[in-house]
Amino acid sequence: MGGPIIRTLDRSSIVFLTILAVIGILIPLSNLLLPPSSPLHVPTYAVALFGKYICYALLALSIDLIWGYCGILSLGHGAFFALGGYAMGMYLMRQIGTRGVYANPILPDFMVFLNWKELPFFWYGFQSFPYAMLMVLLAPGVLAFVFGWFAFRSRVTGVYLSIITQAMTFALMLAFFRNDFGFGGNNGLTDFKDILGFNVQAQTTRAALFAISCLALGICFIICRKLVTSKFGKVLVAIRDAESRTRFLGYRVESYKLFVWTLSACMAGVAGALYVPQVGIINPGEFAPANSIEAVIWVAVGGRGTLTGAVLGAILVNYAKTTFTTGFLAPYWLFLLGGLFVGVTLFLPRGIVGTISHWWSERQARRAAARGSEPVADAVVKPAE
Amino acid sequence: MIKFCGRLVASVLTICVLMAFAPPFAISQTLDDALTWFSADSFGQTEEGINAVAATGSPRATAIIEALQAGQLFFDPASKRIFIRQGSAFSDAATGAAATVAAGDLKPVRLNNRLRRAVEAALGTLTLMSPDLRQRLAAAQAVFKSRDAAALPALDAAIAKEVDTRVKRALSEARAAVILYKADASEAEKIDAVGVIRSRGDQEAVALLSNLPESTPASVQKLAKDAVASIQTRLAFWEVLQNAWYGLSLGSVLLLAAIGLAITFGVMGVINMAHGEMVMLGAYVTFAVQEVIRIYNPALFDYSLAIAIPLAFFLTGLIGILIERTVIQWLYGRALETLLATWGISLILQQAIRTAFGPTNREVGNPSWMSGAFELGQITITYNRLWIIVFTLAVFFGLLGILRFTRIGLEMRAVTQNRRMAASMGIKTANVDMLTFGLGSGIAGLAGVALSQIDNVSPNLGQSYIIDSFMVVVFGGVGNLWGTLVGAFTLGIANKFLEPYAGAVVAKIAILVLIILFIQKRPRGLFALKGRALEA
Repeated sequence: MGGPIIRTLDRSSIVFLTILAVIGILIPLSNLLLPPSSPLHVPTYAVALFGKYICYALLALSIDLIWGYCGILSLGHGAFFALGGYAMGMYLMRQIGTRGVYANPILPDFMVFLNWKELPFFWYGFQSFPYAMLMVLLAPGVLAFVFGWFAFRSRVTGVYLSIITQAMTFALMLAFFRNDFGFGGNNGLTDFKDILGFNVQAQTTRAALFAISCLALGICFIICRKLVTSKFGKVLVAIRDAESRTRFLGYRVESYKLFVWTLSACMAGVAGALYVPQVGIINPGEFAPANSIEAVIWVAVGGRGTLTGAVLGAILVNYAKTTFTTGFLAPYWLFLLGGLFVGVTLFLPRGIVGTISHWWSERQARRAAARGSEPVADAVVKPAE
Repeated sequence: MIKFCGRLVASVLTICVLMAFAPPFAISQTLDDALTWFSADSFGQTEEGINAVAATGSPRATAIIEALQAGQLFFDPASKRIFIRQGSAFSDAATGAAATVAAGDLKPVRLNNRLRRAVEAALGTLTLMSPDLRQRLAAAQAVFKSRDAAALPALDAAIAKEVDTRVKRALSEARAAVILYKADASEAEKIDAVGVIRSRGDQEAVALLSNLPESTPASVQKLAKDAVASIQTRLAFWEVLQNAWYGLSLGSVLLLAAIGLAITFGVMGVINMAHGEMVMLGAYVTFAVQEVIRIYNPALFDYSLAIAIPLAFFLTGLIGILIERTVIQWLYGRALETLLATWGISLILQQAIRTAFGPTNREVGNPSWMSGAFELGQITITYNRLWIIVFTLAVFFGLLGILRFTRIGLEMRAVTQNRRMAASMGIKTANVDMLTFGLGSGIAGLAGVALSQIDNVSPNLGQSYIIDSFMVVVFGGVGNLWGTLVGAFTLGIANKFLEPYAGAVVAKIAILVLIILFIQKRPRGLFALKGRALEA
């Protein structure tokens, strides 16, 4: 990373990126180099689990970019995540080759099972990794562009937009559940063997995937940070706070929205693509509207409009979910999750990071006031709606 | 003439041969003798037994064959006696007297698919003369399906005796079917038969006429072909009506689920994601009411819905008011966060019901006046669907009346149009909000009572309707209940008309895509509220 990038980042971002870099390097190293007996050894299953959290964090980051800074509440971001995941899954399926149950060199097992004779056209090219990676960006990106172009141009906003995004992911879920849609139907894509020649199950591959996920999260974080601190980002915030006024000032609101919306969808796609090899399966359940709404609550818990908060929220909530749903507390997880939705919106509207930074800036302001310059009230930054 | 004579000789010969090979039961025979066929434990012998029992004409015959059909006919390999099992008790098949036998000594008389058809045919013949009109009708239909030539004499006798026109028609149709498949029936008879079947005019008639046996004369074949074409045209027409009916039915369900959502969204600008759970609660109230009735006073079962309706309305309404007071009132002006908070509430309610009642489907019964169906031309109309449409319209117009003629309705309309102006005029908008939310939730509870009659009552009941209800609201527009009405019925009917061509899932996807496109043209729905308000 060059100097110019670092200079544009504020202190909390640098702290965040440092922590991320340390985690991204130390966890794989400890998993690979330390003996299992060592207290500092991170077991392989935990690497995969943390890798999953990092992917979720990236999804949360993409939601925070549009919700926290542009006021677009998407209840369908899981769809972009899943589309990226399917693109990666298709690459991994093609890599199985003759090692599948039916040993067909071209067709994935489920197609042989369904008596398909040749590969559908939309599966062409997925044996090539660069093409698959392009699709990871394009599949969610193009869908988001078309959807957003229609929606923003006709000024569909607020809850209407949220409901429509929910309908979008619901329709995709129904479609992907169908066998004749050509994506494995109910079972989705699974039984992956290797990625770029490396065994997906291998310890080293998992460690590498983890490190790559951290890297991707870091890069996307920097992109978001640069974006929201630029003039472009100021316009986004203006749109969030007073859309009509921004339009009257001469900004093309829908172009701004469309750009950031599509970018966010691509990020969600990348998150999905990294998620699939680490989890080992992608199925239509990922399109379920409930998943997308859950991702929104990660952002709300961490604090929207903070970027770091989204990451923190995703990791915290998912860690809680893992802890709860594996023990005797499992039946209570939904109560907790539901309570989280209600509690955060009522009592912690700024989220964890937002509340802390708000408290910090208030304290700074009070100190400044104590030094005898200006009245307290004016210095308190009003929370954005 | 020569040809006719030849045919006559042939049929006489056939009959003679048939009689020569006819099994002994054809001559008068006692029920006891007929029953012994069943004790041989071979499918062939059992078939003889079925025919033999049917031929005795004994009043016990129906009961015996029905027991055989239900797998309740047993034989004792040692004594060769046949028994009917009722619950855990056995009775002698021949006499009907209670018998004391050890269940372990008995073996069931087994059936295969061929025998099941024989059983149905035998039952058909037996019940053609039954004093019960419904049984006679069912018997005629069974013969129509089996086309058993042996039933012909019985059919003729039954037709001569029959007084009910509907049964008589069914009997003649059955007779026509038998004739068409009978190799030795005359051409004239067959031509008449085609006419009878043609006037029946349903899918089964088409199936029958298009699969006539090879031996059918060409003239009859041609007539049958014409008849099939004409029936199919008529069927296509009825199919349109049937689809329209299914569409109306689905539309009424959607309307019921969406109408509460529409008023809360219209008045408060709040999307209540827990609305589906209110529907679910209403269904569980019905379940609970029926359980209590079952335990304490089963005679009241037919009134269970009448009890459940007000209970569900007030219970879900109260819960709605509680949610509004504790959560939603603190989130006004933050519509997106309300959406999240209500989603959280929906998770909690679902899990609470899952904990209290279990995750599986619960059985909610139809009261007698809601079960069954009647036929209107070629379409079948079930009473529960019909009542739900009636109920939906009653709720719709009731709500319209409340909005139009009551004080609270007036205030609700005022707040919908311009909240701040309404507040300036002295309307307590907070109270209006609370009551609106309560009313919306209460109507969701009513929807739950109705849905419990046609859908599985499980904790996920609400989830399956919520997205469709949102679509209705988005499509119909807010602030106008007529928009919701038109939206619900349009979506319902469009869905059902697409289904036969595209399948249920693709139809649903198509509808969702169409709505997404539609909202481009009219972002505020079909019946948008006109005004000068500019949302911030």
